[in-house]
Amino acid sequence: MSQATLEIRAISGHSGSVPGAGVRREFDVCKLIDTTTCIGCKACEVACLEWNGLSFSETVFNNSYQTMPETQWNYWNLIKFNEHEREDGTLQLLMRKDQCMHCEEPGCLIACPADGAIVQYVNGIVDFQQDHCIGCGYCVTGCPFNIPKFSPTARKVFKCTLCVDRVTQGLEPACIKACPTGCLHFGTKPDMKALAETRAKQLREYSGFENAGVYDPPGVKGTHVIYVLHDASNPELYGGLPKDPHVPWAVSFWKKPLKWIGNIAMIGGLLGVFAHYLRFGPKIEPADEETPRQGGAAPRTGTRDPGGRP
Amino acid sequence: MEISRRSQDTRCRLVGLDKIGLLTRLRSTCPYCSVSCGVIIYTLGDKAKNVTPQVIHVEGDPDHPINRGTLCPKGASLEQDILNERRLLKPQVRRPGATDWQDISWDDALNEIARWVKKSRDDTFVEKDQQGRTVNRCEGVAFTGGCTDTNEFNYLVVKTMRSLGVCYLENQARV
Repeated sequence: MSQATLEIRAISGHSGSVPGAGVRREFDVCKLIDTTTCIGCKACEVACLEWNGLSFSETVFNNSYQTMPETQWNYWNLIKFNEHEREDGTLQLLMRKDQCMHCEEPGCLIACPADGAIVQYVNGIVDFQQDHCIGCGYCVTGCPFNIPKFSPTARKVFKCTLCVDRVTQGLEPACIKACPTGCLHFGTKPDMKALAETRAKQLREYSGFENAGVYDPPGVKGTHVIYVLHDASNPELYGGLPKDPHVPWAVSFWKKPLKWIGNIAMIGGLLGVFAHYLRFGPKIEPADEETPRQGGAAPRTGTRDPGGRP
Repeated sequence: MEISRRSQDTRCRLVGLDKIGLLTRLRSTCPYCSVSCGVIIYTLGDKAKNVTPQVIHVEGDPDHPINRGTLCPKGASLEQDILNERRLLKPQVRRPGATDWQDISWDDALNEIARWVKKSRDDTFVEKDQQGRTVNRCEGVAFTGGCTDTNEFNYLVVKTMRSLGVCYLENQARV
């Protein structure tokens, strides 16, 4: 889904400069999902399928209203339904729209070894470029939210694009437009952050949700999809939303220190070879080793053709 | 009701999307529930002579006062309502006691409906109630309208049904 009109802020597996970074004034786009007003109607799921022209997949019944256990390579947007029993014994049905969070520091992009397969645009959208994707699946390991999914048919990885094709042209994402209760909002990151804080304050002061708050995890330097939660101290209740998501340490260790250690070791090895050459000179082979090698070659020809053709 | 050519062109230049930018846009009403959300149906091509139009996308109408662009999941899937190999394109009838649907021509269907309406009305028409007051009502027929019916259509429906004496009458003009 290459968008030539959008400047790029970060490129996966890329050495050298990035064309769009620091070139123009930037503003970040953001989705705000108010889980307190979601009714679980799944209009966003359908709108996503319709706009992106995704094929229809089998639903999986798992004793709830949820369409399937988790998002799929051709199902990028899923409402997660969770029944939560409160301390006073009453039940609470928590619904959360699960999709790519478009992290400011995307684990998928850091883990990706293919040049240009994952890009981050200057407005914060993280997008996969399937024509550059090599299908290694490292982004799946790198994502703290378990979002990128490998397609066995296309041998590529797919995920939510935050409708980059619409946003580029000044439209809102398809899911945002469809939401009939207005629990989904779209705008710039500061605007959405302010709206979310206002809503959380309202919930704390007037609706009795003392722990209501905004989910914008600092572990990945903020996300471009933020939530208002009834209980921000316990995001795991909402279908496994990690409390403190960050890029897995194996990925960050591999991509940052290990890369440098490897480079130093490689250069050191070359320098060592050169120093050895200077000190001891080239290796001189003794000249009388020809005959046994010819003798060894004859039986090998025999085994390759056991029938013994004339 | 088609968006005027001028506003269509302006919108397209502003939007310029590869999927819905330069298509023919048609305003319509979602046929499902009585909320009657406005939708825009996007059709392939710009109505040029050599193009065979084809619906390729349906989305909420942001200018519609009722839904302002939003849709429910059923409404959001309207494209599949239009492009569906299981869509019913001709009248069918299931006879009393039968398990299968049979094809029937439009003429036969209309004639048969008229015949049954006439029969039901004649059988169940009540001229006077138990106390002898004139009521002239038909208790065996009910009519419900759909949400895409226009005011004018509903006016005609009410006139027609009242003339038959139908009391169980419901349509979108009441909402």
